[in-house]
Amino acid sequence: MADELAIVGKSLTKPDAFAKVSGQTRFADDLALPRMLFGRILRSPHPHARIVRVDTSRARALPGVLAVLTGDDLPIKFGILPVSQDEEALAREKVRYVGDPIAAVAATDEWIADEALELIEAQFTELRPIMSIEQAIAADAEPIHGTSNVHKAVALEFGDTDAAMLAAQHVREDVVFFEGNTHLPMEQHAAVAQYGADGKLTLWTSSQTPHYVHRALGKVLELPMSRIRVIATPNGGGFGGKSDIFSHELVAARLAMVTRRPVKITLTREEVFYAHRGRHPVLMKVKTGLTKDGRITAMQFRSFLDGGGYGSYGVASTYYTGALQATTYAIPRYRFEAVRVFTNKPPCGPKRGHGTPQPRFALETHFDKVAEELGLDPVELRLRNLPRPDSRTVNWLRITSCGLEACINKVVEGSGFLERRRSMPRGRGLGFAVSSYLSGAGTAIYWNDMPHSEVQLKLDRNGGVALLCGAIDIGQGSDHILAAIVAEVLGVALEDIQLTTADTDLTPIDLGSYSSRVTFMAGNAAKAAAEKVRGQLFEAVARALPCDVDDLLARDRRIVRRNQPAEGVSFAQAVQLAEAAGGVVTATGSYTPPKLAGPYKGSGVGPSPAYSFSAAVVEVDCDVRTGEVRVPEVWIAHDIGRAINPVLVEGQVEGSVYMALGEALMEEQTFRLGLHKFPSLLEYKSPTALEAPVMHTYLVETIDREGPFGAKEAGQGPLLPVIPAVANAVYNALGVRIDEIPITPDKVLKAMSDRSKRVGPASTPAFEFPPLIKADVPEEWKGK
Amino acid sequence: MPIADRVAVRLRVNGEEVAVMVPPYKTLLEVLREDLGLTGTKHGCELGECSTCGVLVDGRPYLSCLAMPLDLEGREITTVEGMADGSEPDPLQVAFAELGAAQCGYCTPAMLLTARALLDHDPHPTRDAIKEALSGVLCRCTGYLKIFEAVELAASRGRRHG
Amino acid sequence: MLRLPRLDYLRPRSVGEATELAAKHPGAMFIAGGTDLVPNLKRRQFNATTLISLNALPDGRLVEGDIHHGVTIGARVTLDELARHEMLGSPFRALAQACGSVSTPQVRYMGTLGGNLLVDPRCNYYNQTYSWRKAVGFCLKKDGDICLVARSSPRCWAVSSSDSAPAALALNAEVTLQGVEGTRRMAAAALYRDDGIDYTSKRPDEVITTIHLPAVEGRMTSAYWKLRRRPAFDFPILGVAVAITWDGGAVREARAALGAVASHPVDITSFLAPLEGARPTEDLIAEVAEAADKPSRPLDNTDLSHYWRKRMTKVYIERALRDACGLEPLGGRLTAQVRAGAG
Repeated sequence: MADELAIVGKSLTKPDAFAKVSGQTRFADDLALPRMLFGRILRSPHPHARIVRVDTSRARALPGVLAVLTGDDLPIKFGILPVSQDEEALAREKVRYVGDPIAAVAATDEWIADEALELIEAQFTELRPIMSIEQAIAADAEPIHGTSNVHKAVALEFGDTDAAMLAAQHVREDVVFFEGNTHLPMEQHAAVAQYGADGKLTLWTSSQTPHYVHRALGKVLELPMSRIRVIATPNGGGFGGKSDIFSHELVAARLAMVTRRPVKITLTREEVFYAHRGRHPVLMKVKTGLTKDGRITAMQFRSFLDGGGYGSYGVASTYYTGALQATTYAIPRYRFEAVRVFTNKPPCGPKRGHGTPQPRFALETHFDKVAEELGLDPVELRLRNLPRPDSRTVNWLRITSCGLEACINKVVEGSGFLERRRSMPRGRGLGFAVSSYLSGAGTAIYWNDMPHSEVQLKLDRNGGVALLCGAIDIGQGSDHILAAIVAEVLGVALEDIQLTTADTDLTPIDLGSYSSRVTFMAGNAAKAAAEKVRGQLFEAVARALPCDVDDLLARDRRIVRRNQPAEGVSFAQAVQLAEAAGGVVTATGSYTPPKLAGPYKGSGVGPSPAYSFSAAVVEVDCDVRTGEVRVPEVWIAHDIGRAINPVLVEGQVEGSVYMALGEALMEEQTFRLGLHKFPSLLEYKSPTALEAPVMHTYLVETIDREGPFGAKEAGQGPLLPVIPAVANAVYNALGVRIDEIPITPDKVLKAMSDRSKRVGPASTPAFEFPPLIKADVPEEWKGK
Repeated sequence: MPIADRVAVRLRVNGEEVAVMVPPYKTLLEVLREDLGLTGTKHGCELGECSTCGVLVDGRPYLSCLAMPLDLEGREITTVEGMADGSEPDPLQVAFAELGAAQCGYCTPAMLLTARALLDHDPHPTRDAIKEALSGVLCRCTGYLKIFEAVELAASRGRRHG
Repeated sequence: MLRLPRLDYLRPRSVGEATELAAKHPGAMFIAGGTDLVPNLKRRQFNATTLISLNALPDGRLVEGDIHHGVTIGARVTLDELARHEMLGSPFRALAQACGSVSTPQVRYMGTLGGNLLVDPRCNYYNQTYSWRKAVGFCLKKDGDICLVARSSPRCWAVSSSDSAPAALALNAEVTLQGVEGTRRMAAAALYRDDGIDYTSKRPDEVITTIHLPAVEGRMTSAYWKLRRRPAFDFPILGVAVAITWDGGAVREARAALGAVASHPVDITSFLAPLEGARPTEDLIAEVAEAADKPSRPLDNTDLSHYWRKRMTKVYIERALRDACGLEPLGGRLTAQVRAGAG
């Protein structure tokens, strides 16, 4: 009997699928508890102002209002990163964007709650709003926090890039801009809080990161974490937008404590735009030195991030704009400088691809231009600079498996890229790009030596398997991945696994559904737990049969001898044997990523136990008279390591392509008079079913040695190459360079009629970056 | 004239006659979710800009966030809870589950009902007809492809009971 | 959740009763499909305390007549029905296309022709929640005293965003209104005023009961072209409706109207005069389109840049004309979602 896989690698129906198609899945706003009150939040009407006074007396007097809170009721600051504890649940002294929370009410219904908000009198002294990167770094800018609007500035160098540039045979520099955009999950964030007579607080919340919410609640509410239970409800879409700690979560909790009644706060769609934490607007400059035959000798990269009003994940986002250049290209010398500034806009944070779609756009359009200058086709240029498997990049990132070349071949062959792009009629074009992404961040958000993912298994006498894990399914299928891995190891069926997830009272820690980490990290923890508990079963069965433990195999709900499969016991009998021998059959598994950070300050962002790779070809059909760009067809290949469930991986890839096309062509957050110009689903343009292209998805399996069954990430990486591939295709179609995302028809038409045949930023602002931290380069890059 | 506090509304939902006393300014969405406990109907904007709240009225896709219950007396309202026939799920529900067409599952009820209306009028729709029919329901997870494929799979399997 | 304000909901059983109720309740508003009214009420763009539903009326849901005698459309016929209606074949195709291009299938199943003709003019300083408008300082159209698009302007520049209105103008449609003072019939064009606030000549107690499309003599063709970002959901950022009657291969009369370029649907028929009596060649159409965009004055209050929208006007006039003349429209997509009529 072979050790072939029974569940892993098969497109099985995920365990939560039928609840979802039946409307039985309980999202946070679906919860209704007896005596529940409704909370609403008053938000700042000013982008930048000092709070003079917040008078809540009239609101308190309104019949049906049970509590009103202001900043002084929740004075402790918090933030997702320990280095950025700059947020307040309700602003006390200053407001920093239109939508910044100021006060909150709990009332018997939402009509009364809304009326109460109108009765709160808030007085402000308005300050000059800072609405752009340039304004933020201007010498006379009013500081949004502290004394400067520079939130974070970094400067790193790996080897002498200036010398390498001087020696380069070909040097090119480009400046591009990527406008901000947002996640737009269809589910609006919601939280329900209950404070029991036993003094315990329970919060149900549509969060990707219940563990971090748990910690923040403990801090801000000054309650021991043992008295707080956070239950993440299934997320109706996350994409990074529910991975921070939000005002409404803290406010609902405090309102429940004050009123001793359950309180629900569901954000309106407009408020979801203010909650944001989405894609940073980033202005970038990329300069590359190459040999004549197209081998990269050095790169210098600069990014300017418009961070919005608070820190959020911004420090990490800043580093991410420079981290993955060298995992996609073999770059011998690399300099990276970045600055994130505060502006009076909703805070930016992580959206699918966290901090890397913007530099990916810069890099891939840049190399399209470089290839043309060198007389190489853009595919050949990539092939000459491929990263190697089992290597260290110049910035010390460890690459294990790498299927980039296979990905490139798939899409280039599938699309006929090399031949077809030369022979397309005007208005039609093909574009190509590549990318890489992490399978989970190698470091936790707060410093600790504990595992990033933990899984507990408990087997029952009838052969059922209880699986407990802190991970939350946000639609990506993490419930399935956990169940499939455990079922595979134990040789049981998917339906034998009972999942309990994301409940801080019951489930061991998982850091959250962000950073493309759940399959990899929780998957490894699940595998470890399952192997441990299988060992207990094998020992009990080996004693009973008797036989050697190594002779046993778990398969088809039986534990049998490998070479005499007729000899064995049922899985349930095996559990009974083990339980009789040692009591409750249970095991835990944990995953701690290897310590991979390089020997320099700032090396904590970027390392991952494994990287995924992607390549895309995009076809565009442009209307030459209007500048409208449509995408009829996309070819996308993704190095997934191993597809634990191919249909779910395809879903992640297709969803990534979709989101990328939205960002490339229409999605943007813009501001006017200090306000979000259009915080609505109608005016923030999200592509419809009619715009869905034909997609050819190729999964490349490289069986990574670090991943569970060889798996790597799928949820974010495939978004990355699509955006620059669109831009490159527009160039192929019309001969114009739109160096600014999104590529809207007015920009295309402008570029077509402009002599430069380009729309995009001319330069980056003057800014004095900190002195370069000159890091050593890994051994393999010395002398190169 | 004083604003009526509550009025009696009789609705026929998923084949059942129900009567509720509700403020007349509550939309169908609010009545379904808050007064009838039918939380399978979701909402994403409450302004008709996403169709996440979609239900069927006399077999046609409607926006429950904009529909006024008093005007729907005597009409047949179907929500996702009414799609299955007892223990037998609608072929669309099965196909959506099998093909991973429900990722987060939030637009899924509206997507399923809209697809049901399509298949009831056009049992073997072309891909273009599917795209057109579903063009009013926004999905942020799937890129729509698995959804199209699931509708095609369900169509190929035909309506339950032949 | 965004909710309606507290209000009374009345359900009259006849048009007469409806108009009397409206006269009795100042500030009351009529509701049919609700797809424009309900969102606007949820954003507190209106102060209505009473809604008078037209959905219990026994009539207003029929399409009657034929091409040779004229077609009468009940105001509460849904946009979806009209998009597919066989009566709106070749001559009246522009109206079917316009109705079929409104928003989404869901909205078309609910929304009515009467409602679409009277879509409240839109502006992205106005179609916002109460708190957003409060933060920006309110505008002339609601709760404020300046126009945020054109600050020195004494008037409101909200944009006529009806798809059916330009089609109704191009097709020379008439509407019948019924109010407490009786019934009147007027040209569709007369229903509109060039003002973002006071945009209709319909009195508050009046209901549109029917829309009339005149009898067609000889051959007529028409087309509606809609510009917008996405092929579903979006209001027009430009609409071009054209109707051409023919004498053999020559144009007898050409009529056209623009949507979403002003506070009212703009009749550009006079700019099409060079077509009359001529066989419409590609060059002639291009020449006419070049000049016919003159009345298009988009401002920075809808989607995409208004400079671009202005540039698009002639492109779309040309495409709509070519389409109505049976020529290839020169790229672009027919933005109607529903394949309209017998077109």
